[in-house]
Amino acid sequence: MEHTQRRPAGVARALSGLMDGLQRWLPKLVVAPTFLLVGIGIYGYMLWTGVLSFTNSSFLPSYNFVGLEQYAKLMESERWIVASWNLAIFGGLFIGICLLIGVVLAIFLDQRIRQEGAIRTIYLYPMALSMIVTGTVWRWILNPRLGLEKLMHDWGWTSFSFDWLVNSDFAIYTIVMAAVWQASGFVMALFLAGLRGVDSSIIRAARVDGASLPVIYWKIILPSLRPVFFSSVMVLAHIAIKSFDLVMAMTAGGPGYSTDLPAVFMYAHTFTRGQMGLGSASAMLMLGAILALLVPYLYSELREKRHD
Amino acid sequence: MTDIVRTGFRPSRIAIYGVLLLACLVYLVPLIVMLITSFKTPMDIRSGNLLALPTDWTTIGWTKAWSEACTGVQCEGVKGYFWNSFKMTVPAVMISTLLGAFNGYVLSKWKFKGSDLLFGMLLFGCFVPFQVVLLPMAATLGKLGMANTTAGLVLVHVIYGVAFTTLFFRNYYVAIPDALVKAARLDGAGFFTIFFRIFLPMSTPIFMVSLIWQFTQIWNDFLFGVVFASGDSQPITVALNNLVNTSTGVKEYNVDMAAAMIAALPTLVVYIVAGKYFIRGLTAGSVKG
Amino acid sequence: MKSFKRHLTALAVSAALMPTAAVQAGEVEVLHWWTAGGEARAAAALKKMMEEQGHTWKDFAVAGGGGEAAMTVLKTRAVSGNPPAAAQIKGLDIREWAELGFLTSLDSVADAENWDQLIPPMISDVMKYEGEYVAVPVNVHRVNWLWVNPEVMKDVGVEVPTTLDEFFEVADKLKAEGYIPLAHGGQPWQDATVFDAVALAELGPDDYRKAFVDHDMDVINSAKMEEVFAQFARVMSYVDDDAAGRDWNTATGMVIRGEAAMQIMGDWAKGEFTAAGLTPGEDYVCAPAPGTTGQFTFNVDSFAMFTLSEEEDIKAQKDLARTILEPEFQTLFNQNKGSIPVRTDMDMSDFDTCAQASMETFKSSADDGGLVPSFSHGLATTSYIQGQIFDVVTNFVNSNNPDPAKTTDQLAAAIQSAM
Repeated sequence: MEHTQRRPAGVARALSGLMDGLQRWLPKLVVAPTFLLVGIGIYGYMLWTGVLSFTNSSFLPSYNFVGLEQYAKLMESERWIVASWNLAIFGGLFIGICLLIGVVLAIFLDQRIRQEGAIRTIYLYPMALSMIVTGTVWRWILNPRLGLEKLMHDWGWTSFSFDWLVNSDFAIYTIVMAAVWQASGFVMALFLAGLRGVDSSIIRAARVDGASLPVIYWKIILPSLRPVFFSSVMVLAHIAIKSFDLVMAMTAGGPGYSTDLPAVFMYAHTFTRGQMGLGSASAMLMLGAILALLVPYLYSELREKRHD
Repeated sequence: MTDIVRTGFRPSRIAIYGVLLLACLVYLVPLIVMLITSFKTPMDIRSGNLLALPTDWTTIGWTKAWSEACTGVQCEGVKGYFWNSFKMTVPAVMISTLLGAFNGYVLSKWKFKGSDLLFGMLLFGCFVPFQVVLLPMAATLGKLGMANTTAGLVLVHVIYGVAFTTLFFRNYYVAIPDALVKAARLDGAGFFTIFFRIFLPMSTPIFMVSLIWQFTQIWNDFLFGVVFASGDSQPITVALNNLVNTSTGVKEYNVDMAAAMIAALPTLVVYIVAGKYFIRGLTAGSVKG
Repeated sequence: MKSFKRHLTALAVSAALMPTAAVQAGEVEVLHWWTAGGEARAAAALKKMMEEQGHTWKDFAVAGGGGEAAMTVLKTRAVSGNPPAAAQIKGLDIREWAELGFLTSLDSVADAENWDQLIPPMISDVMKYEGEYVAVPVNVHRVNWLWVNPEVMKDVGVEVPTTLDEFFEVADKLKAEGYIPLAHGGQPWQDATVFDAVALAELGPDDYRKAFVDHDMDVINSAKMEEVFAQFARVMSYVDDDAAGRDWNTATGMVIRGEAAMQIMGDWAKGEFTAAGLTPGEDYVCAPAPGTTGQFTFNVDSFAMFTLSEEEDIKAQKDLARTILEPEFQTLFNQNKGSIPVRTDMDMSDFDTCAQASMETFKSSADDGGLVPSFSHGLATTSYIQGQIFDVVTNFVNSNNPDPAKTTDQLAAAIQSAM
């Protein structure tokens, strides 16, 4: 009798032990597929690209190692230097201007504006368009013969001239314009959401202390929106790096190669010019730069959250 | 905090409205240009300027783009590709959002050793330029027997979209107090019970954010579509590219613009109809950190 | 009459094949970037011819950037292990693909159809790898054409220039009258296309070949090359300021509408004139690019054939190769595309005067050495050296103070680094 009584208890214990174990492992099991996919699809492929950057792969991958030769070639390439500078100019201006416009519009829109919903939608809709469409439309608008310049001439302002799109010193700024047009509304939405979450009692207290509204925004509200800045910078940096489509649709890297970006450079050399080794080297440098800029930022932001 | 504003700054309200309306205009111009152009005749486009209204309104550009324009040897417009895009986008959005929800849940409430590091690595993954992964991905899909299938394309979109959905859900769930989970566990609720009973019911806003974001990203993608889909299953962005990039023949800007509008319509509708949920979702969670 | 007979025979042959073909229906997947206008119509005709032989045509069109997008797709397809049956691959890239072992031999078709007799050796060499055909040529484009609006020339009272010096004289007069002398689009390949013509005029065919085919540094890094750049800068100074990023067909449109007088462009530009309903010789004039009379820079479109495994598909692939070179398709396609047939035995009476002139120069230049492969279209050199030259040329065009001596050094360094 003892026999039969003990057995179910043992099974139950074993079962609950199993359940406990499962409970402990379950979270890891649930995220495992994602990390497996991402591990291969991002880090595995990055490693592979890294390996290729030390080879003389030309048309398709090959494994003749040549050391740092591709990197040396890259450093001598004037086009690569132009592309790198462009990314710095484009990324810096794009992120900066988007944040500025986003913050200003969000603050303005948070002042009990009539038809707020409609205005919000208008600011936000460009984000719904693909970069190919954005690039095509802006290319048309900025084209001196068809677009804005012609419009102004038709309206009687004949001395109006805006040839940035076809001027190799200024073309990169037209890309910034189109990209800002597309993404700044989204940043506005993020900040508007953040503003709605700010505890109004803090502001009321500050008002009582006699602080003016701009000061309150500058000193109290904006600093409290730090996580929003974080999210915005993440999204904007992501868009900046993916702006390949936009450049291709607007200028295809021209005039000359004055609006080349590292991603365009990498694509051209890897796929159309059959210099896969050089393309891989440029990809590695690009990733290295992103790593150097982002990791400290990610690290500090995530650490802070853990302290909370 | 809106009640504070009401108390002062009367004259400056005009300035505020002025700025907001000017911004509206700037944001709207490109759309207006596209719309006007799509209803013009080619003659009209050449003679008029950007903002001139069509002399005769015609929908020829639209009908041509939808069912007649050539995108290869077929001249059946973009309509077939329109449905292809849905077939690819819907599963990819669903899967990546669900995975993101579970990941966010684990990375915020069931942390384990190294989970923060994994999250960091996932975030870094958002920044890999997609051109880098084309060739190795193609080789992998080939080995899996999924090259040039819709399933393969869905897989690719899931892999490169899951980082963002995870970010959304993690930031949303971080704001939910840990005590809630602890209490539920003391009551004997397990991993999935807590997720389905407690977290899922309060996740609608962030689901909206994730769905809208993913839908836009995947619908608008060109690079993966052109590389990993073939022939009959190509998405609409590829068809749009084929249609717009004419190498010979007179450029029909009205057809181009109409096709661009058709390609953009689903995402535009999503933003206009569901836009308010988007803001609400962002307010409710992700940006509070 | 001869071609008519051949035509009949071809029909009879294909009719005889019909029953067996119908039983062994294969599929050909064809990667191409002919998505617009006459090209798309021509591709559709090829599809129909294949279907008449009982095969299925799986269309794989990727437009954009003169095939750049298509090449990316092709590479990923090849890496994933299922390349299409046929892909539009050009010039020296064919050899690269063959070296990697992707292409299949077409010698059984080539022998049966006697390709060696039909195709000039200069072109068949490009189609062969280790003596075997791996690709089939579709057409021959002449790149060194000058397209002229005669109304504009008449208005200013000038003749079509035949040398560069004449060109400069004419262009100055056109400019004084308010016309844009040279229509051009500021894209790297278009810059290179004009450079190609100027280089041929200045260097002559022999040195052109030495520089762009053999990469002889004595020619590349020489005073002659500096002169090429100097002349090129002078030619480009007659282009309007808004050229950057303009498509070539938009530039052609400027000539058609009489805003601009001339354009240096390959004979695909003819498609634009034809689409506008214009007649060659009357409404527009095609002349050799200044200084290149009697010389011919060729650009050949071709389909490379990939190794397949299914018996029926291989049959379909071979039928495709054969059909492409049949007179029926050659006539139809080339009339639509503006090029000339790759077979030199064709009756040209159905073609317009520009194509007839093109064919004549093609044959005569093949004999006297004036026939050169176009570097700007990938027939003379590998894609990496071509890319390097493009960078140097387009940078020179867009530079604020172009320096021919410095650019010549850059060109030499760029080619050396890519070799």
